[in-house]
Amino acid sequence: MGKYTFAFDSTETPEHDRLGGKCTSLAIMTSAGMPVPPGFAVTTDAFDAVMNQTTLRDHIVKHLAGLDPNNVVDVDTRAAHIRELIMTQEVPEDVREETIAAYQKLMELCGGEVPVAVRSSATAEDLPDASFAGQQDTYLWIIGQEAVMLKIRECWASLYTARAITYRMANNISDEGLSMAVAVQKMVNSRTSGVAMTIDPSNGDKSKIVVDSSWGLGEMVVSGEVTPDNFVIDKVMMHIINRIISDKHEELVPSGHGTVIRKEVDAERRNSPSLSDEELIQVATLAKAAHKHYGTVQDIEWAIDADLPVGANVLLLQSRPETVWSQKKQEVKITSTGSGIEAITKSLMAQIGDRK
Amino acid sequence: MFGKKAKAMTPSAARKSFVSPYDLPAPKGAEGWQDLYPYNLVFQENLKDKENSKFWFCDSQHWPNVFKPFETVGVEFAVRCLGAYNTRHYIIPPANGIEFRIHNGFCYMSPVAVAPELIGDRVPHFMERAGFYFQNWDSLLENWKKKVLATIEEMDAINFEALPDMVDIEVITSGAGIDPTAKMMADYDRLIQLAYKNWEHHFEFLNLGYVAYLDFFGFCKESFPGIPDLAIAKMVMGVDSVLFRPDDELKDLADRAVKHNLTAVFGKNNDAATTLAELAGSADGKKWIAAWEKAQEPWFNYTSGNGFYGSDVYWRDNLDLPMGYIQDYVVRAAKGEQLHRPKDALIIERDRISGEYAELLDGEALETFNGKLGLARTVYPYVEDHNFYIEHWTMGVFWRKVRQLSRLLHSYGFWTEPDDMLYLTRDEVRPVLFDLATGWGVGADCIAPTYWPAEIERRRKIVDALMTARPEPAFNEPPAEINEPFTIMLWGITTEQVQQWLGADEGDPNQLKGMAASPGVVEGKARVIMGPEQLDQLQQGEILVAPVTAPSWGPVFGKISATVTDIGGMMSHAAIVCREYGLPAVTGTGSASTKIKTGMKIRVDGSNGTVEIIG
Repeated sequence: MGKYTFAFDSTETPEHDRLGGKCTSLAIMTSAGMPVPPGFAVTTDAFDAVMNQTTLRDHIVKHLAGLDPNNVVDVDTRAAHIRELIMTQEVPEDVREETIAAYQKLMELCGGEVPVAVRSSATAEDLPDASFAGQQDTYLWIIGQEAVMLKIRECWASLYTARAITYRMANNISDEGLSMAVAVQKMVNSRTSGVAMTIDPSNGDKSKIVVDSSWGLGEMVVSGEVTPDNFVIDKVMMHIINRIISDKHEELVPSGHGTVIRKEVDAERRNSPSLSDEELIQVATLAKAAHKHYGTVQDIEWAIDADLPVGANVLLLQSRPETVWSQKKQEVKITSTGSGIEAITKSLMAQIGDRK
Repeated sequence: MFGKKAKAMTPSAARKSFVSPYDLPAPKGAEGWQDLYPYNLVFQENLKDKENSKFWFCDSQHWPNVFKPFETVGVEFAVRCLGAYNTRHYIIPPANGIEFRIHNGFCYMSPVAVAPELIGDRVPHFMERAGFYFQNWDSLLENWKKKVLATIEEMDAINFEALPDMVDIEVITSGAGIDPTAKMMADYDRLIQLAYKNWEHHFEFLNLGYVAYLDFFGFCKESFPGIPDLAIAKMVMGVDSVLFRPDDELKDLADRAVKHNLTAVFGKNNDAATTLAELAGSADGKKWIAAWEKAQEPWFNYTSGNGFYGSDVYWRDNLDLPMGYIQDYVVRAAKGEQLHRPKDALIIERDRISGEYAELLDGEALETFNGKLGLARTVYPYVEDHNFYIEHWTMGVFWRKVRQLSRLLHSYGFWTEPDDMLYLTRDEVRPVLFDLATGWGVGADCIAPTYWPAEIERRRKIVDALMTARPEPAFNEPPAEINEPFTIMLWGITTEQVQQWLGADEGDPNQLKGMAASPGVVEGKARVIMGPEQLDQLQQGEILVAPVTAPSWGPVFGKISATVTDIGGMMSHAAIVCREYGLPAVTGTGSASTKIKTGMKIRVDGSNGTVEIIG
């Protein structure tokens, strides 16, 4: 186990102080049977090693002394200077080596060099809010070791954007011990994707998981531009109860550079199941794990990644509570309530009633 | 089996029909087979219209082979007694019994419904009678075991021995004045009656076990639409059935052999007598023999058949059989393999399943679920256990006595082969016994040796000719829909299955559809086994493909990786055993044993009920 990196599928306990909020949640989801796209955290220890090897921290404190938060130009100038210092600071060899090793291991899992996303993972109170943090420091479709290393530094430096600095001043948060973790995560390359619900939305039956699935990225399933394959799975037994294979005429596929391409599905695939039975059961298992983890009916988005090996290629993209059926009660017609001879008699009589 | 006939039997003109038994010729050389069986078991010419108005399905699950005349005793006793409990004991409101006929040597069945206007009046009687049994289940079952064991004991005490040259002097000195022939004839009658008695008891609890199971089944189907039948079976299943005890005993014996360093003796694969003689040479070996002897009564009253055929071999009558299984087990135990069924894991899985379904319910629905599940679990062990007491133990003793009598009469030259008495119906045996009593008494030749050998030869040819043809799956027009749950559950006969039989669903010839009887997916080499005598061909890891299996094939289930059968539902023997052993099973495929050949690579999906030929 490294000091400077932490794989999301690590068996060790993720510590929020070292991983930040985003990476901790990614690691927890993975260990709860909800594998997110694979990746690793560059821990706060790495940031600290960079900052503490010289007197950089003291220099920053001095540089910010007497700053007037209302002087926008001055704040901007000082912030830019500090970021420049962080960007040009030498990264200690052990930090660099471990980070590159973690990156290479991830590429190996993906069967070659594939694009990743690099995102900051703040330790909560240091930054205004997640959405703000996300504005400046999420870098998508990053390819190659040096590009990744550069984006990690940019994430570190994003602790000193003008807004982050003024936020901390306004809220009296000390810069002492300020740190930042970074998430490096595979960009999903969806061969197949879709949605799943841990309830049958046609009747509110909670013993079922219903899966919609089509080729490529999930947008067309969500927007209804394509009729997806539809599967019903028994949640307890994980048996496929029903399957409808549809004509899936179009798909969206990633270009690999941040854009998507819309194309016609070739004749051979359009009427074939977009999921194998094994994959379908894995998707259902994922949905069930999300339901269990969040304690309520879930509506998830998932994908089968084309780059990842079988067994590790079913990914959870998003999970949110289902709201329609969770609010109302399922209407079930029970012929024979209770148990014992009265109930048995009722059941027997109902059988002939069913004959009409 | 409990009804649905009024509607179910209404013919639907749009559908294809199965052949009428009246239009199905006898296989070549089997002409005149009707005379071999009692008149009331064959389709009579003067009842043609009436019989043709009914749908009959072949029960090759219980009777996969052609009956020899004596062997009709099994179907007659079993199905008559089944019906009597519905019709006369518990007054099951919608259902009487099942009619049965023999045609071309195989058994066909047709359930008998109750006229709709009579059903209501039966309800209070059913509630009073069945209710009494449910309320007093445990004490009545305790008493049941006593009754059944007493019958077995009485049957076991019967012996057919050679008649003396002179009556015993005791007969003279005690002034008894009676010779042994009266006893012989009475013993024969008693043997038949005792078997009949235990077949009555067989159904004393069984039908009630099924209705309680179906009550829970129906509730689950309504609460969780589409719930797999397998889920319901697994929630109810027991893991400690006595049905598995004989096999467990063999495993214990194998473990004991390994523990006491006797592996080498078993490794020689000698027959039982040679192995036992060698074991007798050491102290540990003697202790092993003591354990082996202790296990025999009652657990070796166990057949690799199903109890319905005179040719069924019982372990205690052929010790080479259990010894052979033990030798296989010893090899595996010596490798450190865990032989016993994963009982704890089965219980954990059972409770996980019922727990997760229960979690989806609340309030009254949850109470209902727990109540019905509780009752189903109380009554269900009987559904498995009875099989040991009746099919194995009772019928094991019965057939042993039948063979003893047959061999005795063979020794008098009455027939050519020792077991030829099976070519007589049970009612033809009585005059034969009187023939013996007469010849012996008069001091003249019996007539039998000049009459039966030729007659038996004629019958043997007919039976052999009947065996050359597989049975038709059904006769006449099928109902538009088969929704009678017993037919589906026990025989695996569904609307789709009947359509498949009719050839309506032709589809991919390499795809077979059946009941998802035990979950899991396995690919492997198929081994087609047409009867228990071929079981020794099975190799480790092969997939067993058979017309039907018996629970007593137990020891082979440790060897195979999956099972596929032609006949059988969720509650068929193959299904129950595979669930116990954690093996995938697809039952009721209709034609697996003819479409699949030994050596083919097949993929068995026991979760979805499909079998695919892949190479």
